[in-house]
Amino acid sequence: MSICMEGPAAFPGGLLSLLDAPPAVFRVGGPLLARPVPAGFPSPADDYVEGRIDLNRHLIAHREATFFIRVAGDSMTGFGIHDGDLLVVDRSVEASDRSIVIAVLEGDFTVKQLCHAPQGYLLRAGNADYPDIHVGADLSLTIWGVVKWSIHEIGLCLPTSP
Amino acid sequence: MSANIALIDCNNFYVSCERVFNPRLEGRPVVVLSNNDGCVVARSNEVKALGVGMAVPWFQIRALAEQHDIVALSSNYALYADMSNRVMAILSSFSPSQEVYSIDECFLDLSGFEHLGLTRYAQTMRHRIRRQLGLPVCVGIATSKTLAKLANHVAKKRAAFDSVCDFGALDSGDLDRLLGDIEVGEVWGVGRRLAPKLGDMGIRTVLDLKRASPARIRQRFSIVLERTVEELNGVPRLSLEEVTAPNQQIISSRSFGMPVLGLAELQQAVQTYTVRAALKLRRQNALAGAIHVFIRTNPFKENAPQYSPSITVPLASPTSDSIALSHGALQGLKTIYRPGFAYTKAGVMLSELIPASRRALTLFDDPAQLARSTGLMQALDRINQTFGQGTIKLAGEGLTPHWHTKSERKSPCYTTRLSDVVVAQAG
Repeated sequence: MSICMEGPAAFPGGLLSLLDAPPAVFRVGGPLLARPVPAGFPSPADDYVEGRIDLNRHLIAHREATFFIRVAGDSMTGFGIHDGDLLVVDRSVEASDRSIVIAVLEGDFTVKQLCHAPQGYLLRAGNADYPDIHVGADLSLTIWGVVKWSIHEIGLCLPTSP
Repeated sequence: MSANIALIDCNNFYVSCERVFNPRLEGRPVVVLSNNDGCVVARSNEVKALGVGMAVPWFQIRALAEQHDIVALSSNYALYADMSNRVMAILSSFSPSQEVYSIDECFLDLSGFEHLGLTRYAQTMRHRIRRQLGLPVCVGIATSKTLAKLANHVAKKRAAFDSVCDFGALDSGDLDRLLGDIEVGEVWGVGRRLAPKLGDMGIRTVLDLKRASPARIRQRFSIVLERTVEELNGVPRLSLEEVTAPNQQIISSRSFGMPVLGLAELQQAVQTYTVRAALKLRRQNALAGAIHVFIRTNPFKENAPQYSPSITVPLASPTSDSIALSHGALQGLKTIYRPGFAYTKAGVMLSELIPASRRALTLFDDPAQLARSTGLMQALDRINQTFGQGTIKLAGEGLTPHWHTKSERKSPCYTTRLSDVVVAQAG
């Protein structure tokens, strides 16, 4: 059980195929001799190993308070948010004036820009075709979370070329 | 200085989780039903106010539900488990020692945080969970776990406490008056079974039990209940169990949506449950040495022929491989199956669990085969974790089994499947 190899390619058509046994039989399950031990110079890059870029770390500041939400409709295109985009929503940050938010308006989820207004709030769309919604005492509004990123798949709803 | 233990408990946890992602349920009477849509396992306050009890069979309250427009949902455990993990992670930042007691409650040791003002500290926890997850919680604080549970009960029932009750902030007269108003059955570990027996001794309220002689309680009941009496007097006898011991057995069983007669369908069900149990086994990095299979007819149908066999199948060597475990389970099933019965439930139990690190190769183990199996299971788990449970399954599990557990009213897996996330209107 002391023979160690990396698979059939390491022994093309050699002794093993004569014995008619799959080379993998000789692999030991544990870490002991599971891989060839390099005996040459250590890689000069070893001291510079860094973790690969992980979007989870960069797009999600608060893991526990972050949720994903899908966009339906084109009222926010002016803010770079398109139909079908995936939003990264953080519930731990305070919505401030002009934050893009997920709001619950009369029981429905909607994505809008929150603006402070003299009497209450204004929910603004990012598309001139959609009017602002003034939220006074007559409407029930909850700010569900603040939109931090919009993930847009290229190739989805491509505009026609000019 | 004496310890200060907090018990944080989510209010109507399953219902509250559903409301986070479906705000239209806010203010409406909502129940969540058990597996197979059998009975009520969670109730909103509106439903409790209608007098619907816990674990009531759904069919019994159908008429009431129609009358009051009660929304009934199938349980969505993928959602509840994810929300629970979030709650526990947030709470863990409030203390170096935490005991996760169940899916919706945990103990925190707050000793050493007194200078912050425990009530205020607990309000911070509550507001953070409410805001970041949208879930309402109550906090009870006291010098023992048993008292902390009762403090939580008070926080929940009495609006004046604003969802946080610290027994340490009350003077002893006020505390005793509170305990005198709570039935003894509310005490952790007493419950409905012991309450009548205590009642026979004249112990009806929590205060009565607190004042009972520990020696007498030990003599009449047990050392466990004696410890409870000491805990009620503020002497901690139960320590925080921060590390949960690995399960000694794993059970996966369900009742069927409709009775099953044929072997082929039972095989599908047993294989499905085995795969589910094997996943749990791998998650806790363990191997099973035996698999136990059972099937049963409906014991409530007294006129129908009854048959409830079971069998334990020892495995050649401990494994967590879904295929090897299924093989054992199906062999067992074949042995116990008899035609001519209407089976309503099946299940498997994995036992003789050992940590995967203690695997010892036997003469018949092929190390290459073992490496392949481990790799295959890892790939399977990763794919199913990414794309949702059941994306890849063993062929024997069947594609759209009709015996499948009923869950007709299940909400989407909002936080664990990309295809199921909430849709916000931009229109």
